[in-house]
Amino acid sequence: MNIFLKNPLAMSGLIIILIILIMALIAPFVVPYDPNFIDINSILFPPSIDHLMGTDGLGRDVFSRMLFGARISLLVGFVAVGIATLIGVILGSLAGFYRGWVDSLIMRFVDIMLSIPTFFLILAVIAFLTPSIWNIMIVIGLTSWMGVTRLVRAEFFSLRQREYVLASETMGSNHFSIIIKHLLPNSLTPIIVSSVLGIASAVLVESGLSFLGLGVQAPTASWGNILTDGKEYIQFAWWLSLFPGLAILITVLGYNLLGEGLRDVLDPKNKN
Amino acid sequence: MKKKFLLFTIFICSILTINCSKESSEVIDYNRKFNSNSGGTLINAMSGEPSNLIAMIAGDSASSVIAGNIFNSLIKYDENLDYAPELAESWEISNNQKTITFKLKKGLKWQDGQPLTSSDVLFTWKLITDPKTRTPYAADYQLVKKALTPDPLTFKITYADSYAPALDTWASLHILPKHILKNEDINNTFFSRNPIGSSYYKLNNWISGQQVTLIANDKSTSGPPLIKKLISRIIPDTSSQFLELTADNIDLMNINPIQYQRVFPARKDLQKKISLYKELGNGYTYLGFNLRKAPFNNIKVRKALNYAIDKEEVIKGVLLGLGESISSPYKPGTRWNNPDLKPYPYNPSKALKLLSDAGYTKNNKGILLKDGKPLKFEIITNQNKQREMTAVLIQRRLQEIGIEVSIRVIEWASFVNRFIKTGDFDVVVLGWSLSLDPDQYNIWHSSQQGPGQFNFLGYSNKNVDKLLEVGRKELNILKREKIYHEFSKYLLEDSPIVYLYAGYGLSAVHKRIKGIKQPTPPAGIYHNSYDWFMPKPLRRNEILE
Amino acid sequence: MTAYLIKRILWMIPMLIGISLISFFIMHLAPGDVTSNEASFNPRASEESRQKLRELYNLDKPVIIQYGLWLKRISQLDFGNSFASHQKPVLWEKKDKSGNITKGLIQESLPITLMINLLGIFIIFSISICLGTLSAVRQNTWIDRAITLFVFIGFAIPGFWLALLLMYWTGVSNHWLPISGLHSPGFQSFSNFGQFIDLLKHLVLPVSISSLSGLAGISLYVRNGMLDILHQDFITTARSKGLQENKIVFVHALKNAILPLITIIGLSIPGLIGGSVITESIFAIPGMGKLFYDSVLMRDFPVIMGILTIGSILTLIGNLLADIGYAWADPRVRKGLVK
Repeated sequence: MNIFLKNPLAMSGLIIILIILIMALIAPFVVPYDPNFIDINSILFPPSIDHLMGTDGLGRDVFSRMLFGARISLLVGFVAVGIATLIGVILGSLAGFYRGWVDSLIMRFVDIMLSIPTFFLILAVIAFLTPSIWNIMIVIGLTSWMGVTRLVRAEFFSLRQREYVLASETMGSNHFSIIIKHLLPNSLTPIIVSSVLGIASAVLVESGLSFLGLGVQAPTASWGNILTDGKEYIQFAWWLSLFPGLAILITVLGYNLLGEGLRDVLDPKNKN
Repeated sequence: MKKKFLLFTIFICSILTINCSKESSEVIDYNRKFNSNSGGTLINAMSGEPSNLIAMIAGDSASSVIAGNIFNSLIKYDENLDYAPELAESWEISNNQKTITFKLKKGLKWQDGQPLTSSDVLFTWKLITDPKTRTPYAADYQLVKKALTPDPLTFKITYADSYAPALDTWASLHILPKHILKNEDINNTFFSRNPIGSSYYKLNNWISGQQVTLIANDKSTSGPPLIKKLISRIIPDTSSQFLELTADNIDLMNINPIQYQRVFPARKDLQKKISLYKELGNGYTYLGFNLRKAPFNNIKVRKALNYAIDKEEVIKGVLLGLGESISSPYKPGTRWNNPDLKPYPYNPSKALKLLSDAGYTKNNKGILLKDGKPLKFEIITNQNKQREMTAVLIQRRLQEIGIEVSIRVIEWASFVNRFIKTGDFDVVVLGWSLSLDPDQYNIWHSSQQGPGQFNFLGYSNKNVDKLLEVGRKELNILKREKIYHEFSKYLLEDSPIVYLYAGYGLSAVHKRIKGIKQPTPPAGIYHNSYDWFMPKPLRRNEILE
Repeated sequence: MTAYLIKRILWMIPMLIGISLISFFIMHLAPGDVTSNEASFNPRASEESRQKLRELYNLDKPVIIQYGLWLKRISQLDFGNSFASHQKPVLWEKKDKSGNITKGLIQESLPITLMINLLGIFIIFSISICLGTLSAVRQNTWIDRAITLFVFIGFAIPGFWLALLLMYWTGVSNHWLPISGLHSPGFQSFSNFGQFIDLLKHLVLPVSISSLSGLAGISLYVRNGMLDILHQDFITTARSKGLQENKIVFVHALKNAILPLITIIGLSIPGLIGGSVITESIFAIPGMGKLFYDSVLMRDFPVIMGILTIGSILTLIGNLLADIGYAWADPRVRKGLVK
């Protein structure tokens, strides 16, 4: 724990995340304007006292949209990673515990999923279903569980040989409780680290999808779609690009610093 | 090892700076008078790559734009949107109005020197009407029952019935060379990537995915163009295109209303070297109702929605004022536009009155209900920024009078196949891009409601059907005008769609290009692009000619 | 180990069939086909010709039959022709009876993507090795922190945002570099050396942007690897023997740290043929990313399947190499497998 507190980068990561979380939580209470309030007489105004971050192409207040966009970006991150982690843990545990043909089957499935490009799956799903926030989150989740599976499986492989596991088996504990009580808790490190890093990726993926027109749809505000709206006017309406760009940068940075910091702290191979 | 890396970096950086030719910072006065002379290279940008330079087979606009520089049609539109000679120097319509005789100009040649005669025209017609040719545009030409070439300069066609849009269809058919294509399979021929044409330019080089270079055709049937070389760079992203324009790397591009109204006025440096132009296109954007679905089958509801939408606000908010409100499906300023028709004004109280007549009343939360069910529907549109913004503005106005509207933006292929073709939608925001002939049979006639056909809204009005049928056959312009004026009147009254706007096409053109006609004629600034010239002092140095 | 290898390689064939089958069906999940292009909403374009086109391309047959036809063709190594790019061959050039050569789509896009990716990998690895080593040697000093921060920022920055900013700064405000594309318009008249420099100039921004996000991962990996090694006994021995610090770090330690990077190269193989559609769109580079994205939007099935097939073959090979790498590197897993 001390190592963590002494590491300035990890600490900054944590602070950044906390600030953004707080902003997202209090957004509905502090927001100066309704983020969807259109005012065609205030189209593309630069930052001012009235509009701290200026207005967008329909005269909506960018600051308000940025606050609500924080909620969206974080929501996408949490849900997508939640889904990915859940699937990854289940499949990874099964593969790592039973090994043999179960492992082969699961790993071949992982290979298949890795072979099909994420974007292709995302497009097919979004085109077929409604292009809504939930579908984006589900699709990102469904296409990023493979790494977690591998990690959990690798941990289980090594933990499997430990004496206490063998002892439990001899005592006749059922497989499920062995997995839950002994193996999973000791595999938490890679799971936590990859979850934190996964949230960072999900935020970036959402902004990439917005660029292609497949991200969170209008009129809902997300950092990705504010940034995309502003890309035509990067020199003229610099506020439309600067603020969401910085927000994405700082958030992703924060999660990465936090994740790597956690990895340093929780890794049994402590380096000092 | 680190040192080596550092040295390597320094090496690379120095190489890159060698060729940094600084643009001469001498001040060029673009506004003084220049003499017209021939030469120069014009560079423009395209978002997509042409797939096939045989226009009848290609489906995309990039292909038809490039092909339009290479091939000629029999006739064309002049600056006032009247028919003018191109390959044909004159044409005659028989008394029974079923036969058109085109007389070709003398001495026409293909770019390879071979003569261009009526047998090429006949060949092209046979090609487009051949069931084996993979073209979506055959229908108009299949109406020709007989096509003859009594001599090399005469092409005579007879329709089964008089067909008023005929001349328009011949203005868009690119004539192809028989001597090259007669033994080729038109669907798979290499000609599509290496065409031989007869117009101002010929294909010089096509670097796949990157640029298409055209150079002046010295055997051009219309005389040589003044600008000798056209380079079309393929730049998919419009923000990149804009950066290239501001850096002087491309000479013209289509811009959006914000760039026109806000960005350019704020930048004196851009105004010095780039001119802006605006012109009305031949299309419009509309809100279309699924007329087969309640409540849109109720004319009162449709009219109410028409009154509830503030079109001026849409034009101001989405187009920054760079568009016009319309009341008929025709370009304002043309004869087909009925001047007596006025758009539905924004009148929310009238909208509410009509809705209450239709049985809708507001509950205590301000939502409109009929028989306990709230009035709510979904607007769908494709991935087009302006249409999305329009939908958002409409949503707000409708919500103000108590209607709950949701918006869904859908990728094009899914949009067409999953929603439009199946009739599974409430309301769409879409646009039509129309030809210059006033015939709109395919869109509004009740027989055109099959899957994949264009009357996807399900419009059916016997009077309109009759007018559309007669209008197709009437060759007398004044009579035709009356027919389509009346047609527009019915359309406005029935309100199957809400006319939202006819937007301006906005162009930014570098001032090194001279000869652009101002004020903008009805046909737009591009109609005389072959007379544009680039004065010697303004040409780029690094493009050797 | 050999038995394991053979088993994996044999597994690849049914897996490829599995992948292609799943992809084929997913492709057909999205509504629409190649006939839903721009002309599909032109009132002068008729539906019957679209129907004819559908029949020609077998799009009206049941999906499983279409898959069977495709499988038959691909087993003869014929990747077919593109629907949307008017019959251009998907993979390699084809000659028609007059000797005209039409180049294949993948044949044209792949070299461009490979060039950018290989340059990118070279840059990522060389810079990461330097940064990672520096970080490890100066662990926990401000240099270490600064480097970590720098590579993380590189990963966190939204690519297209940075691209546009740099394009503006280097191309518009200052005319240092070209803005987009791979060649200047008049490049054919340059000398060979001139053309080479022209190409390099056009590649600076796209390669830098696409490498930026990869720096973080590899730098950290090198850093952690070096830290592991530097604390091992043989290094302490070398130090106590009086060897120069430089020699220790750069010769002995680095050599051992670089070996596991080979695992990473295995993992990068499938990525080599993938281009980022975002980078390619912004920089107007006709690579595999844009080709794939356009094909999906236009429902150009032969091209989609062609790219997926090549991609999956490379991915399977890459995964195999990566798994071997893991096993070789981690003795715990190796023992588990043998058991």
